[in-house]
Amino acid sequence: MSSRIAALDLQVVGKPRRRVDARAKVTGQTRFADDLFLPRMLHCKLLRSPHPHARIRRIDARAAVTAPGVKLVLTGVDLPIPYGILPVSQDEHALCLNRVRFVGDPVAAVVAVDEQTACEALDGIRVDYEPLPTIADPEEALTTPQPRIQPYGDGNVHKKVALQFGEVDAAMASADRVFEDIFFYEGSTHLAIEQHAALAAVDPDGKLTLWSSTQTPHYVHRALSRVLGISPAHIRVIATPNGGGFGGKSDPFNHEIVVAKAAMLLGRPVKICLTREEVFYCHRGRHPVLMKLVTGVNGDGRIVAMDLQTLLDGGAYGSYGVASTFYTGALQTVTYEVPRYRFRGCRVFTNKPPCGPKRGHGTPQPRFAQEIQLDKIAVALGRDPAELRKSQLAKPHALTANYMRIGTMGLGECIDRVVAGSGWKNKHGKLRFGHGVGLACSSYLCGAGLPIYWNALPHSGVQLQLDRSGRVAAFCGATEIGQGSDDVLANLVAEVLGIDPFDIRLVSGDTDLGPVDLGSYSSRVTLMMGHAALQAAERARDLIAQAVSASLEVPASRLVFAGRRVFDAEAPARGVSFAEAVQRGEAMHGTLGTTGSYTPPESAAKYKGGGVGPSPAYSYSACVVEVQVQPETGWVEVEKIWIAHDIGRSLNPVLARGQVEGSVYMALGEALMEEMAYRRLPRHLSGVLVHKFPSLLEYKSPTTLEMPEVITYLVENPDEAGPLGAKEVGQGPLLPVMPAVANAVYDAVGVRVDEVPITPEKVLRALGDRESRRCGPKSFPFIVWPEPLKVAPPWEGGDGTAVNEKPRRRKEGVLMSPDVVQPGLAPHPSTPEAGQKTESSESSPEMPEVLR
Amino acid sequence: MSASGGVTPRAESRTRLSLRVNGEPVEVLFETYKTLLEVLREDLGLTGTKHGCELGECGACTVLVDSRPVLSCLLLAAECEGSHVRTVEGLAQGACLHPIQETFADLGAAQCGYCTPAMLMTACALLEKHPSPSRGDIRQALSGVLCRCTGYLQIFEAVEAAERRIRENSPGGSEGGG
Repeated sequence: MSSRIAALDLQVVGKPRRRVDARAKVTGQTRFADDLFLPRMLHCKLLRSPHPHARIRRIDARAAVTAPGVKLVLTGVDLPIPYGILPVSQDEHALCLNRVRFVGDPVAAVVAVDEQTACEALDGIRVDYEPLPTIADPEEALTTPQPRIQPYGDGNVHKKVALQFGEVDAAMASADRVFEDIFFYEGSTHLAIEQHAALAAVDPDGKLTLWSSTQTPHYVHRALSRVLGISPAHIRVIATPNGGGFGGKSDPFNHEIVVAKAAMLLGRPVKICLTREEVFYCHRGRHPVLMKLVTGVNGDGRIVAMDLQTLLDGGAYGSYGVASTFYTGALQTVTYEVPRYRFRGCRVFTNKPPCGPKRGHGTPQPRFAQEIQLDKIAVALGRDPAELRKSQLAKPHALTANYMRIGTMGLGECIDRVVAGSGWKNKHGKLRFGHGVGLACSSYLCGAGLPIYWNALPHSGVQLQLDRSGRVAAFCGATEIGQGSDDVLANLVAEVLGIDPFDIRLVSGDTDLGPVDLGSYSSRVTLMMGHAALQAAERARDLIAQAVSASLEVPASRLVFAGRRVFDAEAPARGVSFAEAVQRGEAMHGTLGTTGSYTPPESAAKYKGGGVGPSPAYSYSACVVEVQVQPETGWVEVEKIWIAHDIGRSLNPVLARGQVEGSVYMALGEALMEEMAYRRLPRHLSGVLVHKFPSLLEYKSPTTLEMPEVITYLVENPDEAGPLGAKEVGQGPLLPVMPAVANAVYDAVGVRVDEVPITPEKVLRALGDRESRRCGPKSFPFIVWPEPLKVAPPWEGGDGTAVNEKPRRRKEGVLMSPDVVQPGLAPHPSTPEAGQKTESSESSPEMPEVLR
Repeated sequence: MSASGGVTPRAESRTRLSLRVNGEPVEVLFETYKTLLEVLREDLGLTGTKHGCELGECGACTVLVDSRPVLSCLLLAAECEGSHVRTVEGLAQGACLHPIQETFADLGAAQCGYCTPAMLMTACALLEKHPSPSRGDIRQALSGVLCRCTGYLQIFEAVEAAERRIRENSPGGSEGGG
């Protein structure tokens, strides 16, 4: 099926190449948000809550407002409109209105002539808080409905979902063996080395521009329009190259909205750069998830049914949480054949920084559970873990029990590569005590099939403009976060037009100049922007070919675009330079410009909740980890890793390998050391719930000294759903590493650590527990689940809808609230004067008194 | 609103400093509390050196002071009188990139690029002091600079490739020749 794509003779794609933005990066000329300085620029700092949960009674900012050098003090009343990344959780305020929900929630902003002055002025703001009881963990949230952290949800339960595909209980009862395990996956954070920064300025014509280290300029654009009440047509968001993202810069953030508001009020550029501690408070990282996984298998270990329950600690706000909750269940079916499946997930609010999407978004946690459990099943049945997996791989082009459409499926080859490369058969179960190997597999999306808000528009657009110099300009809203999205864009356009990627002028991440691309998340850019780029480039090629065909009197179908020339395939000497070809095109058609766009195919999953999980294609990874474990200390040293990734087609192997190794690196951090840990201060100090490690020094992440050797295999099996067959590589290869480490520890010393991070302390605890030989959670709390939506799997006559679901009307979301138009920069009514009491724009009795 | 009418409030002491930056003599006047990082970025416009944690934890701000890698966020600029400070802007010779810039670019050692200037300067100091470092030496030398993108392996390879390139291009170079 994919032989047509596989057989393509490609000039640029697939060749190891210096990325197009490499020179800027190695000369220090890449301009990150914090590298921007504008004339008359002011600096902003945020005052953050020292309480994990409190009512704001009164804010007295008079001393700050009158401090020399201070230009503006903002509080919640200045930005009363809520926002949030998902339409269903518009629960954030740029500055807290009347309640703080975690240590670090921002309460006020100071804008001053320099950062130092702004910092000092924060001390002049007195906030009178009324502390409220705090919720520290999910089990507490389940049993403590009051006080509520958010006004929506059920008590402190944010969201419960329940889905069932086929008669799971009956299948479980008929299974030869049923395995029941409880796992815990600790939260971790992205830790991008660049801390979030943003700069807002009023343009000469009165419009607003925001430069920000964001992965999702389009969603920031929407949030700014909503909260500031300005037409989106008058707002420009420029995503500066991100100094790492990993999901941590995917929400619209309070500091972005605050500097935009301040710049509008003051008519001067306003910049903010968060400290590392503040970035820990922004978080949106990996959800801590407690999981109960019950799997029924037949005698040879084939899965007959799976029943998964997940409990997510969401932190204090919604963020992407509803999607995260569904993601803890959505992809369990695309790796192995799961004929019947039940998934129930519950996300709760706690008084901690909000969790959200981190590389793998919601899927590493259940993947950890499933891959360790498969290892246990293999041991119990005396089967080789690699063979057990290979015997039940999901089938290519199959529709899964939960209606995910698989495309190409290269996991079998991935397993073969790592098994052969690592010498698995001579090592597994055969190394001396203290040494072991573990294997695990995974799958991941190549872009979410649905946008974050309902609409029928393309997910990505690319515009090309060509002129007589032979220069091609490519415009796209996609965001360069280090993964190489600019390189993908240049790569594909160059391939089609037969030029060098360096010949292309790129304009990306700018909502004013490029067509919308939804952002760098869900591993969507290569596939979606890639298709849009191909379409735009093919249209340009056709226009040029038409003109060259006429002038050379060669049929257009015989023209080849390669090596910066356009020539006759049958007589290569007969041709013109690319620049000349563009000139002929321009002469024939007028100014040359084309567009391309991409919208994912419609999903087969029609049930409610089926919007999370469908993707145009799925990538696959397999990994073998070799470890040494010191039984005296519990110390785990990862010695070597073999990882194979089914990438469909690798567009630039240098970058693809970098994504795989970077994923392995980040996975090792999660497997062995990283944790977002909190603790209560002693009662006599206040009993407050605080972040244990809001610094890079205490939040342990792997350095050069911990990184083992990694052998990477790129398995190329082009998928028709991807551009020239390409699938994702940015997130998938992270997923199998954590369970492979856990399985290797078991192979080395015979104990199970059923949670991450796998610290020496936990290994020792497991070694010390003679009975269970295990360290991990012992119970899963009782949760009152709603009746699951019942969907018959495709092989049981299902059509993708739930039998017990009320008919739904799919509403189109408000696209960009274009009706809200505030022409120019109307002066803000509450521009504060010293000592003036500002009126709240919301008539809530709970609003604090604000003095400034 | 502002009570100061746009006048910088800080009438505190300023320091005048003479030093060399990337081989050129520089004189700069700045608020005495500023770190070398701040003076480089804010007063001298050299934003290639990255602003990271400002606590000496991430290493992103590493520059060379008299050929030694230094965390510029922990060094008061006032202490740099007469020093020679080298930053990423000074690595290339004119339009010609330094070998380590070439190999970082070619071998995928820079992904997001935020730690890259610090990695380059630290590796440069290593290669100047230690012409043929082992993989272990490279790991040790770079261990103070955190990178969240690459997993470090392509960085190690780029340093090794740069070392070979420098050796082969040096006059009377190695047996490998040029």
